[in-house]
Amino acid sequence: MAKHETPLLDQLVSGPWPSFVDDLKQYAAARAKNEKNVEYQIPVDVVDDLLGILELSFKDGETHWKHGGIVGVFGYGGGVIGRYCDQPEKFPGVAHFHTMRVAQPAGKYYKASYLKELCDLWEFRGSGLTNMHGSTGDIIFLGTTTPQLEEVFFELTHTHNQDLGGSGSNLRTPADCIGASRCEYACYDTQDLCHTLTNDYQDELHRPAFPYKFKFKFDGCPNGCVASIARADISFIGTWKDDIRIDQDAVAGYVNGEFKPNAGAHAGRDWGKFDIQKEVIGLCPTECMKYENGKLEIDNRECTRCMHCINVMPRALRPGKEKGLSMLVGAKAPILDGAQMGSLLVPFVEVNKEDGYQAIKDVIEAIWDWWMEEGKNRERLGELMKRQGFQKLLEATGIDPMPQHVKEPRHNPYIFWKEEEVQGGWERDVEEFRKNHLR
Amino acid sequence: MAFISSGYNPKEPMKDRITDIGPRHFEEFYPPVIKANKGKWLYHEILKPGVLVHVSETGDKVFTVRVGGARLMSVDLIREICEIADKHCDGYLRFTTRNNVEFMVDSQEKVEPLVQDLQSRKFQGGSFKFPVGGTGAGITNIVHTQGWIHCHTPATDASGPVKAAMDVLFDDFQNMRLPAHLRVSLACCLNMCGAVHCSDIAILGYHRKPPMVDHAYLDKMCEVPLAIASCPTAAIKPKKVEVDGKTLNSVEVNQSRCMFCGNCYTMCPCLPLADKEGDGIVLMAGGKVSNRISSPEFSKVVVAFIPNEAPRWPTMTATIKKMVEVYAADARKYERFGEWAERIGWERFFEKCELEFTHHLIDDFRDPAYYTWRQTTNFKF
Repeated sequence: MAKHETPLLDQLVSGPWPSFVDDLKQYAAARAKNEKNVEYQIPVDVVDDLLGILELSFKDGETHWKHGGIVGVFGYGGGVIGRYCDQPEKFPGVAHFHTMRVAQPAGKYYKASYLKELCDLWEFRGSGLTNMHGSTGDIIFLGTTTPQLEEVFFELTHTHNQDLGGSGSNLRTPADCIGASRCEYACYDTQDLCHTLTNDYQDELHRPAFPYKFKFKFDGCPNGCVASIARADISFIGTWKDDIRIDQDAVAGYVNGEFKPNAGAHAGRDWGKFDIQKEVIGLCPTECMKYENGKLEIDNRECTRCMHCINVMPRALRPGKEKGLSMLVGAKAPILDGAQMGSLLVPFVEVNKEDGYQAIKDVIEAIWDWWMEEGKNRERLGELMKRQGFQKLLEATGIDPMPQHVKEPRHNPYIFWKEEEVQGGWERDVEEFRKNHLR
Repeated sequence: MAFISSGYNPKEPMKDRITDIGPRHFEEFYPPVIKANKGKWLYHEILKPGVLVHVSETGDKVFTVRVGGARLMSVDLIREICEIADKHCDGYLRFTTRNNVEFMVDSQEKVEPLVQDLQSRKFQGGSFKFPVGGTGAGITNIVHTQGWIHCHTPATDASGPVKAAMDVLFDDFQNMRLPAHLRVSLACCLNMCGAVHCSDIAILGYHRKPPMVDHAYLDKMCEVPLAIASCPTAAIKPKKVEVDGKTLNSVEVNQSRCMFCGNCYTMCPCLPLADKEGDGIVLMAGGKVSNRISSPEFSKVVVAFIPNEAPRWPTMTATIKKMVEVYAADARKYERFGEWAERIGWERFFEKCELEFTHHLIDDFRDPAYYTWRQTTNFKF
């Protein structure tokens, strides 16, 4: 028998899509039964009360969670989000319901044995509810009490060799796509770069010293499966400089219908016979391809590496061999001054594991120096770029301006010339001027 | 329940403290076939919805079965996922960026038993625990935020509307009939933890009533200058108020300047703006993050407001379903939702999707607004 009636939530039990309500109800019942005799360190009915307060929100159309308090683990300024409900008497099990962010492994691969360890820990010391995963990428432990925070952290670090992730005005837990581990498009090892930078910047991740949050995301190619270009202060997107590799026999295989175009992604409908002219050559945004006499040719110098032809014919086309990544900076969601997409800062940098990715870190650290000096409280990097101009970002990073930095040149001539750029400087004698120009 | 110590001593927090160790190393968790073939993959193919094969230059193949699910999950459900991984996949699994779970096997004969096992598992109420799908030109899992389950600023729930929407869109999770893949996302307020601003279809929680001011407590609980500075439209200014005969420092909100972002509430709990009638959903459409064919694009607001109709948000799901069906019928192969709307023209988009165009959909927020108005005589009647 459930602790609270949940007639509204119960309507989300039916339908084909996995029902979180059903999962939570079954888990609440399992906690009540406690067949494994777990010595629950927070109220056994925490999940019942969570369902109860969620039902109340469904009825009221308003949330019942209050602002986070200042809770955390000693020495860290992030990784824990304080949370209290505003109906603690009705729902004492979730009166204190803090979130812990647990840093996920790059690529989000797991061994079941490891996940089961985390499950046991979180059932024992928390609500037993998680997000796999939060939007930024962390494993989210959803709901525990203040005294358990240090206990969970102690066990994570001592028993499970596992740290917390980021929250607040610091580096947020970086996240990556599946990369070269299982994707033929990846132009660099996203997992290694993500993991290395995450570990090299642990201090920035745990101890808030920034004006606001800062996100790294790592996409292996311009398809952008982790959406870095839309949501990372610095997005690292794999690319290549040389020629797309062509297997002409495989091209013929697509043309004659032997291989399914786009790796079979369109198999749910009869789109007719594959037409390379219409579906590949005609859709190339730079019109740099032709298919004549059974041979595909690409004018690679004109290619902007949009991935369309490669996506359509993955058995025939592969990115070139001279691989690296582009760095785009300043992306963010709308709050406060409107959404921003990442802007291209570094068109190409080699991804060099041997020297610890020094060339990439040099750019990151120059950006941080500038942002920490100039950024206002709660000002994201993209907003600082808008406020001070792209030129200031170039100065801060020592990168020379190039046409690749812009979609088009400026529409106005209101150029902020610097004195040293103007012959003779700005200091002039007005009396000398007046000798030729009477008052 | 007796308190059981982990070994941590609150009197000596630094004793044996371990910090800054970061996440576990990814290589510990690579299935053997992944470890052996990393960087060697040649190509992939979707064998059927939810089932992929990747082929390596070594001749090895890895077969992946992708299943959808709620990102909010209990440890018992994770244990069941682990049990499946132990049974079929030598104890390995992974999660995708869009909250799907992927089970990988190293030979084709292991695929069908795994798929059968996954499809057979249901919750008590009948929903699938592990629906196979989410690949190719269809709709994969909705990425989303916390909503009413755990957040202090939401204007709608997250898990509830997502469940309701995915039930309605379920066929397209398991079919690949659309012109291109279609990404749906939900953020429960415009803080957009879910970064929905570049999605084919975005569900966004939105407040419509300015904050109330809890004068009696504001100066005790908030930093007045921070509250004032937090407002992007400078709608908040300091004000002395009389409460029970006492003069208190507080603030005043210029309501006509409020854009309902809730940033002030984030900085000051004495400025709450949640409201059953005021809060609801904005639908946005036509965004993408991929660079394929066209540049990444922001989503555009196509429906200014839909009320929160808990528990199943029927107006919202019907509107989304309609947009998906019109797109499916009208767009060309490979054309993303936004590319299709651009090609036919947004005026035609509203006509075909039978959506009302109201003044709310014309941008009036700062400089970028001008660039969204029409500066040409080329338009369609």
